[in-house]
Amino acid sequence: MAERKLRILVGKPGLDGHDRGAKVVARAFRDAGLEVIYTGLHQTPEQIVSAAIQEDVDCIGLSILSGAHNTLLPRVCDLLKEKKADDIAVFCGGVIPEDDIPGLKKSGLKEVFTPGTSTEDIVAWVKANVGC
Amino acid sequence: MILAEKILQGDIRAAARLMRDVDDGFSSALPELMALYPYTGKACIIGITGPPGAGKSTLTDQITASFRARGKRVGIVAVDPTSPFTGGAILGDRIRMNRHADDEGVFIRSLATRGALGGISRSTGEVVNIMDAMGMDIVIIETVGVGQDEIDIVRMAHTTVVVMVPGLGDDIQAIKAGILEIADVFVVNKADREGADRTVRELSMMIEMGSRKEGEWLPKVMKTEASRGVGIEELVAEFVTHRDFLSASGIIHRFTEEKNSTVFSEMLKERLFNEVYGCLLDNGELKRIVAGMATRSVDPYSAVEEVLERFLNRPESKAA
Repeated sequence: MAERKLRILVGKPGLDGHDRGAKVVARAFRDAGLEVIYTGLHQTPEQIVSAAIQEDVDCIGLSILSGAHNTLLPRVCDLLKEKKADDIAVFCGGVIPEDDIPGLKKSGLKEVFTPGTSTEDIVAWVKANVGC
Repeated sequence: MILAEKILQGDIRAAARLMRDVDDGFSSALPELMALYPYTGKACIIGITGPPGAGKSTLTDQITASFRARGKRVGIVAVDPTSPFTGGAILGDRIRMNRHADDEGVFIRSLATRGALGGISRSTGEVVNIMDAMGMDIVIIETVGVGQDEIDIVRMAHTTVVVMVPGLGDDIQAIKAGILEIADVFVVNKADREGADRTVRELSMMIEMGSRKEGEWLPKVMKTEASRGVGIEELVAEFVTHRDFLSASGIIHRFTEEKNSTVFSEMLKERLFNEVYGCLLDNGELKRIVAGMATRSVDPYSAVEEVLERFLNRPESKAA
């Protein structure tokens, strides 16, 4: 009878202030029927992980345009492991050089979306890869 | 009762998961809630309501900081609306309060209304109870941005705060029925804006106009600038004063009795309805009744009477 409602955290780690992409993606998830917890700008990995646990989300979508992805994103994955919450999937979007993608995936990121990806593709990926 | 035990031992993930089970209507949540119930009833519950953009989240953030400075553990239930078209929601209250995310003395949970119309979600009461059982001293419920009539919060919170901002309407708005009647404390936020004093005056006038019995609480109108932290200490002190008043006057007993009675009757209503309705749906009777109504061969009044008669007299039909 009861059905799980997909919950996702969308946020921006680090110091860049460009949140239009994150907002567009959050809106796309809303329109796809998900509950989106939007934490906004300037989040530390600690805040992101703690919020994800309190909100019991299925996945975390991070938007990053600052170039600090190789530092901040693995840190999110490590903290999740530390808190035994690495069943929560992490993916990201932003200006990520091709060369960095294998390393990010190795650190625990499930997917990396680069500029030009359609919101439909992102939503479809989440629905196919995330959930109970 | 796996989750309940873990929650009582301080497991955050277990608490978060039970909140979700409750929100999603999982029947597995029921025994957990039963096990937690004896550990609830200790937290002081504060409800914050008001129109969209009044500053409820920012105010909640500041109030939380103030309670933390006093050594209290704080739970926050922040409610935002669900889209009536897609069922999705953007829960954005954390934006203003996420600085507390990695403070272990604070637990924030965002909830979507999922079609409930009273300003909070159906699961709000249970989520508050779980936070209570987690040992939160204060639980703050922030409603969706409300208009005039969404007042479910008043039955749930010991202290209800109605947040207003300058320039939302004239003094006739202030004497209309609804949300303005439920406040234990009025806050005029964004008090640096033009018209703040006028809004305070109008609200004060409205309070004075009301007839109040001896020994009843007299709501105060307080000014804040939540984004700069102005007026917060005074506001939190007023919460404490109100809470003390409730205890000293004995009104707290009446409040608790009314609240418990509402909780029970709502739960009974929902269970009975689901049980009966599910039965009619399964055995096809619902279809027959609705089809009969279309041709006017069945009227809904007698149909309901018949159903009632059968369920009340023959409880074993439930199993059929």
